[in-house]
Amino acid sequence: MPLWLFGFLAALSIVSALGVILQANPVHSLLALVMTLLAVAVLFIGLGAVTLGFIQAIVYAGAIMILFLFVIWLLNLQAEAGMAGGRLAGKFFGAIAAAALMGELFAILSRAPSGANLEAPAGYGSIHNLAMLLFADYLVAFEVTSFLLLAAVVGSVALARRPAGSAAPPRAAGSR
Amino acid sequence: MLTELLIAAIKVIAVLVVVLSLGLVLMWFERKGSALIQDRVGANRAAVTGLGARIGIPNLGFINTALADPIKMFTKEDMVPEGADHFLHTLAPFLSLLPVLITFAVIPFGDTLRAGGMTINLQAADLNVGLLYVLATIGIGVYGTALGGWASNNRWALLGAIRASAQMISYELALGLAVIAVVMTYGTLDLQAIVRGQGGVWFGWLPRWGVMLQPVAFILLMTAGMAESKRVPFDLPESESELVAGYFTEYSGGKHAAFMLTDFVEVILVAALATTLFFGGWQVPYLYRDGFHLPGGAFLALPNAAVAIFGVVAFMIKLVAFCWLQILIRWTLPRFRYDQLMRLGWKGLVPLGLLNVLATAFVVVAFGGPH
Repeated sequence: MPLWLFGFLAALSIVSALGVILQANPVHSLLALVMTLLAVAVLFIGLGAVTLGFIQAIVYAGAIMILFLFVIWLLNLQAEAGMAGGRLAGKFFGAIAAAALMGELFAILSRAPSGANLEAPAGYGSIHNLAMLLFADYLVAFEVTSFLLLAAVVGSVALARRPAGSAAPPRAAGSR
Repeated sequence: MLTELLIAAIKVIAVLVVVLSLGLVLMWFERKGSALIQDRVGANRAAVTGLGARIGIPNLGFINTALADPIKMFTKEDMVPEGADHFLHTLAPFLSLLPVLITFAVIPFGDTLRAGGMTINLQAADLNVGLLYVLATIGIGVYGTALGGWASNNRWALLGAIRASAQMISYELALGLAVIAVVMTYGTLDLQAIVRGQGGVWFGWLPRWGVMLQPVAFILLMTAGMAESKRVPFDLPESESELVAGYFTEYSGGKHAAFMLTDFVEVILVAALATTLFFGGWQVPYLYRDGFHLPGGAFLALPNAAVAIFGVVAFMIKLVAFCWLQILIRWTLPRFRYDQLMRLGWKGLVPLGLLNVLATAFVVVAFGGPH
């Protein structure tokens, strides 16, 4: 990947990530998040992790963000009145969490091997390698994760389900 | 380097021009086709100065729909309703058109063409994970519809947008399952390789097209694809008897034309996917790299350029045939109810797709792929 393209995509992802937190309208924030996810997906593809990049685009940008859009619509979230929302405690702990993440990032980066010409291993990022990792090396972890997710899906359906024979939920006052 | 860039540019422009002009032809196809199906005359005005009638050619209304309609739409006033999100309202039609258009980059429209010492792959972008790219762009395409409806500040538009996004993410699942079965059969995500895998014949006469191996996946793909393109019987997002025009109620002029064009380009995309995955793409029965090998032993040698042109023409014929099939279905079936739509998607197509994937896995493990 040429350096200018990397720079452009990195800048795009950072600017759109800022757009997520700086915009008042939740739908605009969501669009900015989609843009961030897509920019990161293209970065993945450019750095050789082609399969992962496309899966990021399909799963995160294509599916999960649509569900977010649904949540925003169903809860009827409106634009925040001012940017000063949120309690002080929330801001305090948010700042601490952000600092911890930043520290972690620098700790990992300082241990990363330096040098401009790092070679990716053969077949890096191909769908074959990804499948070998998921279905051979980490099979147990993969299956346990999928089982947990299945349990979560069944649990949420069971919680949301009305018992048989009960009436429809009462309509909100004022609506017909 | 420069020639390569030039060839790539020509391929991209050619694909775009063909897809967009086919979209225009489909507009006419639909007008005249629906008239044919419903025993009407259909569009029959706007001939060029009555010239055709004077020399005895019946006026098919082609000029009307293919030229007059777009000109009419682009010269109409472009309105943004009061209280609408101006930016997103303008962005949405293009956000819905662009992902569908760029999907055609990975659709192979021909075999390799050898010219001037170069081998040109007749596919705009040779991507070895082409099918993942198709699924990604289809997934991104939901935003245009969803945001168009939301940004209009109109309750019919919002209802249409909610219906559209729920329908599209539900049927994407069935579409993905159909595609996975095909991927398992051919062992690749590369569309050109999948088409190559469909060359040759069985028993000396039956073309090895994917539909013979994956008939269930073909039906799944056509159904889910028609639901993705939001056309009758799956046109609940724009059902005019309930929602005025659904998510594009508040659109006029060029932006409305962009939404309409998206519909037609999606029809072409579904036809292209069905052709590529199940009907041999550019494969012509009995045509090989060196010429026709007819059953019975007859052989007709052909130069490479002729074989390549035969392939492109075969792809176009299959493409138009599947577009026509979708128009036929559209003008034959009534619209689903929304609960029927969801039941068909989640309780019909998704379990069927899972069973198909399971059966394919058993067959591939037990007997190996077709190679």
